[in-house]
Order: sequence, then structure tokens, then C-alpha cells
Amino acid sequence: MLQSTAINTNGNATGVAEGTKQGTTGQAEKMDTNGMSPETGTSSQEQSANSVINIKGLSLTFETNDGPVHALSDIDLTINQGDFVSFIGPSGCGKTTLLRAVADLEQPTGGELWVNGVSAQQARLNRDYGYVFQAPALYPWRTIAGNISLPLEVMGIPKSERQDRIARNMELVNLSGFDKKYPWQLSGGMQQRASIARALSFDPELLLMDEPFGALDEIVRDHLNEQLLRLWDKTDKTVLFVTHSIPEAVFLSSKIVVMSPRPGRIYDVIDCNLPRDRGLDIREAPEFLEIAHRVREGLKEGHSYDD
Amino acid sequence: MISFRQSLAILSGVLSILALFFPLGELNGEAVSLWSDSGLTAFAIVSMLASVAVLLNRLKGLKADLVLVILPHVGAWMLLSRLDVADQHLASGFWCLVVSSWLMAWLLVDQLSAKKTKTPTAKRFYSIVVPVLFGVWLLLLWELVVRGLQIPTVLLPPPSMIGARFMASTDILWADFQQTFLKAVLIGYILGCGSAFIIAILIDRSPFLQRGLLPIGNLVSALPIIGVAPIMVMWFGFDWHSKAAVVIIMTFFPMLVNTVAGLSITSSIEKDMMKTYAASYWQSLIKLRLPSALPFVFNALKINSTLAMIGAIVAEFFGTPIVGMGFRISTEVGRMNVDMVWAEIAVAALAGTAFYGIMVVIERACTFWHPSFRSSR
Repeated sequence: MLQSTAINTNGNATGVAEGTKQGTTGQAEKMDTNGMSPETGTSSQEQSANSVINIKGLSLTFETNDGPVHALSDIDLTINQGDFVSFIGPSGCGKTTLLRAVADLEQPTGGELWVNGVSAQQARLNRDYGYVFQAPALYPWRTIAGNISLPLEVMGIPKSERQDRIARNMELVNLSGFDKKYPWQLSGGMQQRASIARALSFDPELLLMDEPFGALDEIVRDHLNEQLLRLWDKTDKTVLFVTHSIPEAVFLSSKIVVMSPRPGRIYDVIDCNLPRDRGLDIREAPEFLEIAHRVREGLKEGHSYDD
Repeated sequence: MISFRQSLAILSGVLSILALFFPLGELNGEAVSLWSDSGLTAFAIVSMLASVAVLLNRLKGLKADLVLVILPHVGAWMLLSRLDVADQHLASGFWCLVVSSWLMAWLLVDQLSAKKTKTPTAKRFYSIVVPVLFGVWLLLLWELVVRGLQIPTVLLPPPSMIGARFMASTDILWADFQQTFLKAVLIGYILGCGSAFIIAILIDRSPFLQRGLLPIGNLVSALPIIGVAPIMVMWFGFDWHSKAAVVIIMTFFPMLVNTVAGLSITSSIEKDMMKTYAASYWQSLIKLRLPSALPFVFNALKINSTLAMIGAIVAEFFGTPIVGMGFRISTEVGRMNVDMVWAEIAVAALAGTAFYGIMVVIERACTFWHPSFRSSR
């Protein structure tokens, strides 16, 4: 079997020969989560110098009144510095739970999880990551500038520097001039951009985004996707991005994690090496369509389309 | 189908016509016809014509406003002046005219409140004028009915008598106001609301207090004030301290419950967000949970502003020094000086309304972001 490569989800792994068109698409490594031993080839990866997130055999079970719900089961994943990793899958596949576990908002019930070489809790206390939620969650009593300033105030950054950073990040998300507006005076897309600026304001190396554009219409979403891609290209941050949308995942990512439900597990990890300076029109390119096709196949085989 | 406005006009017109045929009153046992009073006759005829004009939609816009502003108020002034004729009993013609001019004032209020205003100043102007007109007519009718029907002043004094008493005894009223409002109400209110707010935060921190203190707070709020007040007088003496204690008991619970509820409404996303910033308890309390609890806190502050007033006045019935609004009310009632009682009631009403109004203004300034206040800033 492909076990030795299966566990190796690093982008530098060369493994399966099937279906690789050199230079256009990446390689897909099939994850066989059922019969797999998590130890295989792990110790070498843990030391990998530029890995940001190391997950081994992670599982998370919610105890509910209707019995236990296996939100995550036996997850193995390594994410490197500068990766843009999308998590895609149907509702209930645990992609948001996984992101929340990385953010220390959920407590795993088994396995290992290292963020920047420390525990998720320590990473949270170190303020290692910025989290963008499904809703903008801007405080209505604060102006846009005030909202972006919030994490900086909590972190005790002096006022002069706060103003600097607010201005810089508002420019980054194209919101300059709206600093005195209140969130409820802005459109949904602008609110979500403000919430991204807020997550970026304290300059975290790691950005966790939970369906940030899920509630927006497609036109706004396309626009924000392009902006996010520019941002990632410019800043070289590591991004974990949860989405429902196949085109969005393929367009943005350097690596796509396909997940399947009941229990939530990783079904496939697809490398996706489209040129970094891609525009929206790449979505008609054959290499784009091929990756999208593979994602869809992965979702289908993972029973994501079953009732 | 006739509109509401038209039916008002019809009624007003019919009553003006009827007034011309009914006796105005009775003087020394003889009926006095309206025709002997040229002023009122002219008023009846003009108001009849105005009603017809309104009915036929001939009277519109500024002209209609002008007619309806002048006519009923001139009429009311004339009717008021006819109250003073000695030995005259007023009869049906008089009351027809009273109702007719009242209906016309109603038409005016209706017309003004339906106005579509463009500028904010105009909007503010109408939002003040309409309730003022409403209040003025309430007082006018009160005055006309009480004096026209010669209702004994012990039962209900006319507003003019209350006003005269008010003006003549401002020094007493001011002393009472100081004693009851500035001391008992304000101090009790601040202590009651303040302590409830602090305890709400303590409750929020500890589930133990939540289980223990909330039921006790509930129990305290259920205590009957007339049972508690004499005990407070025994504990804290006759002066304002005992009244402030009653006010504290009355205001404590609404503030406690509202603040506890307000502190629990933050959404899980908002709380998670503070967690991702590794914010401390106090940081997330001050930056997130207290601001989002403010609408609840202000609800309690508004409810308590009137509760405090009631509590302090009632508590003074159970023993006070010889000053205070509650003391004045209870003693002047015993001396049949009902006008003084009403003057105190007026002070209480004005103070209570002003207190409430100030709270509303502060609320608007602090919670302008709440969906119920949002404007296009």
C-alpha cells in the first residue's frame, strides 16, 4: 500500500506517480485512515524545521445527550510555514472543529497537536495566530478603527503604535477612509474585510479562517478571494482556511485537505501548485479544473454526497 | 366612506349648530340663550363654517393649520371667561361648544402628527408641539369641567387653583423636594443601583453566588414596601436615611436581574474572539461584556427612576421630620388642603419625568449603536 507516503502530507513529498502532469498540478496522496498506524514516519517530520502545525492521531469526541459524537477521528497533518491550506468537506466533517482545536477553542480528546512547536493553549497565550470567524463579529459600539484596535489594546500595545498598525491594516484590506464609520454602516463584505484587518492587526504569522466569506454573495466573495491571495503572497503568512466551496479552495490554496464526515477524518490531501500571481481567470484553465475535479472526486468517494 | 378626520369635523360642526339652539345657561332661574352672547355666537358660527370647509376638503395645508390653531384656542379662552359669571349655571349650549372646540383641537393634533417633515428641526418641533397641545387640552377640559359643573374642590380642584397654590408655596415645595428627592431618592437610587451592579458582577464570576444570591434578591423584591418602610424607620430613624433604605430595597432587584441578564447575552463568537486574544477576565468584561450589557442596565435604571420616587414618598408616610413630599401629602390631605396635595403630586410628576428623561438621554448617548437607536450617522 501507499502507507509511507500516505502519512506524509508535507508538500515536498514525492510519491504517487499517477496523474501528475508535471508543473501543472500537484500530487495527491491517498489517506487510508482506517488501517493506518500513526507512528509511521512521524518522528522525522516533527523535527521539520519549517513546520508550523503538527497533528498526530488527533481525535475529538463531543459527549451529547444522544451519545458521543466523533467530530474528529485520527487526524494526521503537517502544515509548513507559508502554506495556504484549505479544509473542504460537507457539514459535520469536523473541519471547523479542527480549526478550533488548533486555536485552542476546543479540547481534543486524544492525539497530539503542536502549534509553532508548543501546545495549542500555549500558542493561544503567545498570541501566535489571528482567527477570522464565520461572522465579522465587530463590536457595534466601536468604530471600524476601534474594532481593529481591540486586539492591540488587549495585548497592551502603546497608542502611537496602535494608530500606525490600524492605518496600515485598513489600507491592506482597502478600507482606508472608513475608520470613523461604525460596523453597522458598512456592507457585509466591508465588515468581513474589517474583521480580517482586525485579525492581522497584531501581525500573527498564522491566520486561521473559518468560512470567512460563507455569508457573502459570489461577486463580493470573488473579489475578497483575490484580495486574500494578494495578501498571502505579500505577507507569506501561513493560512488555514475552512470552506464549503471547491472553486474557492482550489483558487486560494497551496494544499487542499478533503475531509469526510461521520466520523470526521481526512480523506485526501491535494497539492495545488498554481502560479502564485494567479488571477480569477485561472479558474477556466485546465489545470485548475483538474484539481477541482479531483477535489470533487475525493468528496464523492468520502461519501460526502450521501444522504 | 368618510375618514376619521371628516367624522371629527362633522361632529364638531353639528355641535356648533346645536349650541345655537340650546340655552347657554341659567341666570337667576331664567334660561339665557347663546344669542345674547355675541362673542360665543360668532365663535359657534365660525367654527361651523370651518367644519364644513374641512369636511369639503376646502381647508388644506398652512391655511388649515392656521385656522385650527386659532379657532379652538380663542373659543376655549372665551368659554373659560364665561365661567366667572356669578350665579350662572351653565347648560347644554355651553357644553356643546366645549366639546366642539375640543374636537377641533383634536383635528389639529391629528393633522400635525400626520405631517411628513423633512428637516430634523421641523421633526423635533412637531414632536414637542403635539404632546404639549395634548397636555394643554387635558388641562383646559379639566378646568372647564370642574368649574363648569361646580365640582367640590375637595374632590378635584381645577388646575388654575393648583397652579396658584404651587406658585404661592414654592419655598415649601422646594424644601420637600430637597428632603425627598435630592436626599432620599437620589442617594438611595445611586446606592441601590450601584450595589446591585457590583453584586451582579460578583454573581457573574461565581456560580455559587448565582445560586445563593439571586433567589434572595428575588425574595427581597417581593417584600411589601408598606411592611418594610416602618421597619426601616425603626432602624434608621425619622430622617431621610430610612427612606433611602427603602429606595435601595426597591431598586436593588431590577438592577441585579437586568445586569446579570445583560452580562450573559454576549454571543459565543464574541467570547471566542476575546479568548483568541488571550484576554483576561477583566479585559473581556470591560471591553466586551459590559458594553453589550448596557441596554439591559439602562432598562433597569429607567424602571428604577420611577420606582425610587414611589418608594421614597410612600416611606415618608411612616414617620418623618416635618418636611418631605410624602409627609406633606399625608398631612395636607388630613387638613383638606387638596390643592397642596395636587401641587406635591405635580412636583413628583415633574421630577419623576425629568429623572426618567435624563436617563433616556444618557442611554441614547451610551447605546447609540443598539439597533433600536441606530440612525444614519
